[in-house]
Parts: sequence; C-alpha cells; structure tokens
Amino acid sequence: MNRQSFRDDLAFGRPRLDAPTAEEIASHLSQSRREFLRATAGLALGTAVGRSSPFLRGEAIRKKRKTIVVTFGGGARDQETFAPEGQENIPHLINELAPQSSFFTHVTNQGILGHYVATASLTTGVYETLNNFSAVPPEHPTVFEYFRKDLRRPASDTWVVAPSNGFNRIGESDSRSYGPGTGAAVILPKHLLSATASGTTEDLDHLLRDNYETPFYTPQIGGGEFELQQLGSILRLSVADFMAHARTLSSPDELSVYIAKRLMQQEAPSLLWITMHDIDVAHSGAFSLYVEGIRRTDRLCAELWKTVQSEPEYAGNTTMFILPDFGRDSDFEPGGNGFQHHRTGDVASRTTWMMALGAGVRPGVVFDDPMQSVDLVPTLGAMLGFTPAQSTGRPIKEFM
Amino acid sequence: MQPSELQAEQFSGYPPEARRVVLAHLEALRELPLIFIPSLLREVIDYDFKFPTERSAIEGELVLLSKSSQAQRHDRLQAFERLSISPKLERSDWINQPAQFTEQLSAYLWSTHQLDAFRAAATEYGARLQSEMPSEPLPTHRLGIAVIGQRVTSFDGRLFKNLREHGTYFNQINPEHGLELLLEAVAARSKANTVPYGHWYVDGGQEASHGALLTCVSYKSLEPVREALLRNVKAEIEKPGMGPEELRTHLARLTPSDLGMNSDGDAVLDRFQLKVLTEGSGTQIFSTTFAQWTAREVLRRAQALTLLVRFAPRQRQRPMNELLSSSQGDSEVDPIGSLIDADMASYYHWINQRRLPGYDQSAFLVWFEGHNEALVIAPTLPRGTTSNSVLDLGQLLSLAIS
Repeated sequence: MNRQSFRDDLAFGRPRLDAPTAEEIASHLSQSRREFLRATAGLALGTAVGRSSPFLRGEAIRKKRKTIVVTFGGGARDQETFAPEGQENIPHLINELAPQSSFFTHVTNQGILGHYVATASLTTGVYETLNNFSAVPPEHPTVFEYFRKDLRRPASDTWVVAPSNGFNRIGESDSRSYGPGTGAAVILPKHLLSATASGTTEDLDHLLRDNYETPFYTPQIGGGEFELQQLGSILRLSVADFMAHARTLSSPDELSVYIAKRLMQQEAPSLLWITMHDIDVAHSGAFSLYVEGIRRTDRLCAELWKTVQSEPEYAGNTTMFILPDFGRDSDFEPGGNGFQHHRTGDVASRTTWMMALGAGVRPGVVFDDPMQSVDLVPTLGAMLGFTPAQSTGRPIKEFM
Repeated sequence: MQPSELQAEQFSGYPPEARRVVLAHLEALRELPLIFIPSLLREVIDYDFKFPTERSAIEGELVLLSKSSQAQRHDRLQAFERLSISPKLERSDWINQPAQFTEQLSAYLWSTHQLDAFRAAATEYGARLQSEMPSEPLPTHRLGIAVIGQRVTSFDGRLFKNLREHGTYFNQINPEHGLELLLEAVAARSKANTVPYGHWYVDGGQEASHGALLTCVSYKSLEPVREALLRNVKAEIEKPGMGPEELRTHLARLTPSDLGMNSDGDAVLDRFQLKVLTEGSGTQIFSTTFAQWTAREVLRRAQALTLLVRFAPRQRQRPMNELLSSSQGDSEVDPIGSLIDADMASYYHWINQRRLPGYDQSAFLVWFEGHNEALVIAPTLPRGTTSNSVLDLGQLLSLAIS
C-alpha cells in the first residue's frame, strides 16, 4: 500500500484511454453491479420497493440472532466478478446467494488500503491508521468489544477466524474503556497448522508467507501453545485429525472455513467474523491464480451459507454479511499495475459492494445509495442492540 | 532541513552525472516545496543509470523549473504546498535517501488522509509539465508484440477477450517459424532505426537467437541473480527487527554487484534488471509476472519503439495439501495458467504502449505461439472483426505496420 509514487504516473503520462471522472467511475461500477444483478439474479431495485427495514426487530429475536461477517482480504474487481465478463467466476454468489440477499452496490473505503488496517477499520467503524505490517491492536474499540460489553456476552460468544499476519490483534483494541480481555478471541488457522505440523519445512514456510503484499516476509507471532490449546479445548480436535483434514484441503481459506464450521458446531458464537485471503495472491502478478482465488472464495461463501442452514443453532436465525475490504487498481490507472495491487487509491480500489442475507433480510433487493465500509459496525449495532460510540460510520439507512 | 538551505557539497554522495545535473539547477531546487523535492531527487540520484528518455525527461523538467519565475513556480506547485508533512520527515536525510523519504511520505499521506489531495496535485502538475515539455517526433511508429502460450497444446478458452474490440482477430495464421519471423522483423527494425535502448526482446524463459542490436532481458539468464536475491532476502529476514518495510528499504539499496552481476556489463541495463527483481512483486517467483512487469517498465522507462515479449510457462503454484505432504513438485510448470496470465499481460502491454507518445500510430500484435490464433491492433486495421486470411507471422506483422 505504501508505494504510491506520482512520478510513476508522470513518466507514463496520463491515461490515453477514455478517462471518466472518479464520480463517474464509482457510479458506473455501482450501476453495472445493479444492472447485472437485476438481469441475472432477478433482484429488484431497493428504492422501488420502499424504505422500510429489511430486518426483523424485537428483543427476543436479538437474543437468538447469529451474525456472521465474511470479508475478503484481497478485493476482487468488477470485471472479474459482477461485470458480465466476470460472472463465470462467481456462480455461487450470483445464482445462489444474491437472490436471497439485499445487495449494496456502492460501498466506499476511504481509509488506508492495506488488508490488516482495512479489516481493522471494518471491525471498529473508524478508519484506523495503524501500520498495516505490524501486529498491533486497533486504536478504537472493535465490534466485538461493543457487542460483549453492551450485551453482556461471554468471550465464547464472539470469534474471529483470520489469516495469520498481524490479524492476531484484531479481536480487541487499545481503547482504555475496553481493551485486553473484552473482545473476541482470534483463531489463526495457519498458525494452528504451524503449531501442529511436526518439523517446519521450507514448503510450510512458503504457506505461512500469506501476506502477498510482502511476499518474502513471514511474520513472527506468539508461540504455539495457545493454538494447540485451542485445538483441543475449543475445536475439540486431535492434532492427528486436524492434520489429516488439512491434508485434504487445497488452500488456507478452505482451512479457515473448516475452522469456522468447527467453531459453529462447538461454540455456536453469536458474532463470528471470518476474513479470507486467498484472492490476495493477485499481488504475485499471476492473473490465473487471482481468478482461481475468486472462484474458491465464491464456492466457500456458498459452502458457509449451506452450513448455516444445516446447523440447528444457526438455521433460520442467522444474518450473514459478505464484503471485500476494498477493491483493486483499475487497468487504466498509470501508477498501478491493474489487478495486481491496490496501491493507487483510485476509485476502483476504493469502491466495492456488500451482500446481506439471511434472518430478517429482504431478499432480492439492490440498494444503490453510497455507503462507507465504516458503516458496517453501526449497522450491526442497530441490528443487534449495541452502541458503537466511537465509530465514525452511520447505520445504513436502508436497514433502519 | 528545508530546501532553501541546500548547498552544493551536500550532493557529494551523488554519482557524477547526477551531481552535475543537480548543481546546474540548485537555485531552482532551493525554491521547491519539501513535500515535492525528494521525489524529483529520487529520479536525479539514479541519473547515471537511467535510460536516455528518462535523462531527457529529468533535464527537461529541471530546465523548466529553472526557467520559471518564483511566481510561476508557486503557481505550478501550490497544490503541493497546501499539504502537510511530519517533523520526522522534515528531519530525515531526504537528500541522500530520497526514495526512503517518498516511501515514508506515502505512508504518511495514507494515514493523514491526504493521499487523494496529493494525487490530484500530482496529476495537475504532470499534465501541465507534459503540455509544456517539447516532444520529439518518433523515428518510427511504435510496435508491440506479445507471444503467449508456449508449450500449450490446446486451449478451450477464448483468448484476447479484452483486446478483440480494439483490433482484428485472425484465426488462420500459419504458425510455422513464427517466432523466428517475428524476431527477424524486430531485428530489422533495430537496424533501420538505431536508438539506444529503443528495441527490446524480453523472454520469460530462455531467450531465442536474436539480433545484436536488440536489448534482451530473460528470466533464464537472470537465474543466478534471482537465486542470489532470494538468499540475500532469506538472510535479511532472519535478522532481529527486520520487517516488511525494513526489507523493502534493504532491497532498494542493493546494487548489481551485491547480487553478483558482472561489473563489466551494461550498468544501465544491470540496474534496470535489478530493479525489476527488487521492486516488482512476484517477478522473482513467476516467470509470467517477470515478463509482464519487465514489459511495463521497458515501456514506462525506456519508452521502447519496439518491444517483443515472449512468455514461458511459470512454475506451478502448489496447493496446500501438497505442501503439507512435502511431495516434490518444484520443477513442475503450469502451461495453461501461464497462458491465462500472459493473455492478461498482453492486454496490459497494449494499455501501457497506448500511454506513450505516438499511441495513435502504434501497432500491436499478440500471437498464441504454435497455433493459428493472433490479433492485431493497428490504425490501418478494422476493430472488432475476425479475419480468415491465411497468413504467416511475417505477413501478419507486415500488415500490422503497413
């Protein structure tokens, strides 16, 4: 994220292809998603069906309600997803999930476009400014801390499953009023893998280097004892069973979804946050691997939703949100290199979408009004009944 | 330190040509805002290792700034002057480490939400600069060639998807001696229009026999350098306190000799290749990324008149279960995945070529190596059409540049 250099733009001149304004691009992206969803998945325009909340209300419902947030750490662009030429990559999102969802076509991220800092911002509802490459907690209280404190929920009621690097601190903030012990426990599946694998190999090192923004660097975090304890006491898995299952999976995100399913079965948390990361292989510059990552994420989202339907604790009372943390650079941004990075801060890299589906959500509706990624936490607060006092976002009006 | 305090002796660490350029324009440099000047010095400090087009651009910009009155300079740079920088950045050694400054400035701009304002200022400055800089006519129309799909026997997908609307798709191409014909043609261009670093051949694998006047870069020939780089990085990341940003700074300071490049070679080309490997994400790992990024940098920096890029199969990305089983597979390649990578890369090749002067007269050809499919974008050929003409690659190229 830190390589913006206007001299790259200068030396390369201004784009000579038709260059619409930022607002036009953002609006076009939003409209394309809407039109495509209307044509393909039969979704209706939200403004046409009224402004009443798509969510059910009431304390009794809140108590039973489960919420799952799935973010993609590694945005996917429209041309590889919701644009006509990208639809072949997301058959599950388009054909299975979109028709059941309220779809928000115009989500903007005005913060720093690094995956850890952006995901931290999603969890706090504030554009955090922490160092993307450091394992530091967010400055502001997280959704997990608000949720637990205001609703008096135990630690076991909220969990984060996240990729390894840096994300181990995402469950709770540095805030004086909250902080250590008041947020969510974080499970890092790949570190779990590292702790259980006997004899680290070069290949495993490669697997742990999951921060594609800095492909050489393997972050060092705490020792393996905590992970092993989690494996046995929380996931109720033996090391042998865990490793045997891991050997059947093709990617770290598949492992994350496997862990999330175990958590749902064993702990049934009310607020579960899953961050996927396979798509971010795009930083390696291999387009085919980036597209493979999108296809896998598409499949895993559907798989997770299927699990929600089949788990008694979740079936019928779960709302799931799916959103990329941000986009990726446009092909036409001279300072970038297209899909590979998200370094320019251009409109394509800042504009994305969100899908909400499940309990109380009005299915098959598209909302075009712009929202910001920091609006998610206040929206969750309004839904679940907690007050994210320090968030700078606003509850999404379509949910009010 | 502020730019107004700049003194000649502070540039004693600069290479000779860079120092000469700086000292010739020191008066103007003293008038520039601090937020702006390190990004200019970042280019100047490498002047001795820049391509001719880059040198011209640097000197042209400095001449323009020197010729401007104080009021004109203020008018040109006022959008930068409105931005703030941190005291830490002000205190940094931005004269001798301008790249480090710009790296840290970038992080600062992101964290203070000034990035968009900076981009707007830079865009405005760049547009004005371009409009005021004299442009030389090109000695010949620019030509780009991408050869994709090496070792792919068959492919069911639709190639050139992004390019078809811009050019003519050919489906009856005779592939025989295709690469040789293309390389002969670009060699002929390099002889007919001798321009230093004007005609390039980039190969994602082992380079084929090619004309002596072509500047050639290949993934295979850089294998010892890539291995040395990976060893260097491995040693660095094991040091205490090393993080991603420290590693990036370390990589930026590497010189060709640090990685065993021959000191008798072409210093400009060596430095270019080093930067491809140290600045390009994934260039050290995947040959397709190496070829794509090299092509981008050849166009951006050298503004090549001719650029032929041939993609080779990259190593296969091994799935997690395979990595866990420790089975061997490093030497395996992924021809189909590489074809998909290269297909997208050829689109970027064309986009990057279009960013350069003379874009409306330039030609671009992409060919599925060993097969009948190709596409040509040229001012003389229709867009969005299919041709069944039976042509060999030499004839197709003649059509493209006619």
